[in-house]
Amino acid sequence: MVGNSHDQGRLPAAFLRPGSSSFFDFLADIAPEQLPGNRVLPPVEGPVQIPHGTTIVAATFTGGVILAGDRRATMGSQIAQRDVEKVFPADEFSAVGIAGTMGFAIEMVKLFQLELEHFEKVEGQVLSLEGKANRLSAMIRGNLGMAMQGLAVVPLFAGYDLERAKGRIFSYDVTGGRSEELGFAAVGSGSVFARGSLKKLHREGLTEQQTVTAVVQSLYDAADDDSATGGPDLTRRIYPIVTVITEEGFRRLTEAEISEIARTVHEGRLQLPNGPQAPVL
Amino acid sequence: MSTPFYVSPQQVMADRAEYARKGVARGRALVVLQYADGMVFVAENPSRALHKVSEIYDRIAFAATGKYNEYENLRIGGTRYADLRGYTYDREDVTAQGLANLYAQTLGTIFSSQGEKPYEVELLVAEVGESSAEDEIYRLPHDGSIIDEHGSVAVGGNSEQIGSYLKQRHRDDMPLDEALRLAVAALGRDGNGGEVRELTADQLEVAVLDRTRPQQRKFKRVLGRQLARLLGESGAAESETTDGSGEEND
Repeated sequence: MVGNSHDQGRLPAAFLRPGSSSFFDFLADIAPEQLPGNRVLPPVEGPVQIPHGTTIVAATFTGGVILAGDRRATMGSQIAQRDVEKVFPADEFSAVGIAGTMGFAIEMVKLFQLELEHFEKVEGQVLSLEGKANRLSAMIRGNLGMAMQGLAVVPLFAGYDLERAKGRIFSYDVTGGRSEELGFAAVGSGSVFARGSLKKLHREGLTEQQTVTAVVQSLYDAADDDSATGGPDLTRRIYPIVTVITEEGFRRLTEAEISEIARTVHEGRLQLPNGPQAPVL
Repeated sequence: MSTPFYVSPQQVMADRAEYARKGVARGRALVVLQYADGMVFVAENPSRALHKVSEIYDRIAFAATGKYNEYENLRIGGTRYADLRGYTYDREDVTAQGLANLYAQTLGTIFSSQGEKPYEVELLVAEVGESSAEDEIYRLPHDGSIIDEHGSVAVGGNSEQIGSYLKQRHRDDMPLDEALRLAVAALGRDGNGGEVRELTADQLEVAVLDRTRPQQRKFKRVLGRQLARLLGESGAAESETTDGSGEEND
């Protein structure tokens, strides 16, 4: 293992070589086997039973952006885990949520967090939001081989752009193609329903609190129609993870805050099972 | 045909050591002090871009004096080592002790190999613990020896004089502003024992490892108005209200 054994205990030459400020590139150089995308997979026939994460949604509001995810991981038709976490801080001003193969997704997030931190430490300054989004793109591209075998990882990236003073959302396809989303976005198997829901609920000028509610509504809708997405589990007190990124930085809503919103949404659904109704015209 | 000069190994090492020491002594001194909530690093450094003090990992910082390109190289090597180790095992498994040993081996090998010129650097590797008793400070001179320090440490030019000034006046439980003012007073003492220089905020590079920070990463630079306020410089007080967001509240 490179991280442990050095030639006579000193820093190996590769560590002192001038080069890129990217941890990802450094790892590819000295320990390529540690990159998630470089694993050699045994040939398999038929579907593999590996936990998958499902719905992630994001929405902007005046002064920031919200990224949220449900808590369910499925393995085929089974629920593999009820309280899985799929939304993570990437650094102080951005967050990443991941749908797809959980094992790889979590590893990729860890590497992405490290990539941003490493750059910040080496260069003495933070990457631009655009730069962060591009790094994530490169990492997904590195995973393409696995994606072709059904082990895809599809992230949703949201952050506060300090230059432009607003929240921004980036979505990706499995080949690493990134596109900026305006207003709201969703990924994962329940994303079709969540996006439809946000389309009707989200609009410019909502407050942070209203946007959080809209996002929770959309996750409720996703859970309503997609078996792989979990709704707020009031009996077990498992609620979606909701994070808010503003000029002040990254913040994850506390359980108390999110439980209140989840309960309000749930109460509303007891009256109107399909949720709030938008005017026809 | 002339016989080559014989130079004793002792003389070779002594010459190399003197060469490195002289290089380090040309640089300005840098100090680290333990204070109530962690450790504060203070260096005289007018540059905003070329740092003498940097973050290595969650609880670990690096400080150096001497030749910039040489210690910068070691700093990046250390960051790569720490990040790789944290990625391979766990964030907890990155320790100042491990890093200090690695630097000691690296400097020692360079110092004693005939092919390379010795590095003209003196390093500090520090890790903030849960309490001041658990704080660790390692001083690494150019030859790869490693010294476990406590309380206050000075490296670079005039470090002996500054170090003894600090030792007499330093306490582990000082508040940050007091520790910072002591460090600045120590750095301002001239080598000839003559006039004492007044150092201002824009001549200083200051950073802390603050164990009370809620974030995982305890390293933080002390900049601008906050620095001026801690130093008690005039004109800092009235503008303080606008200082709030971002840097200070995080």
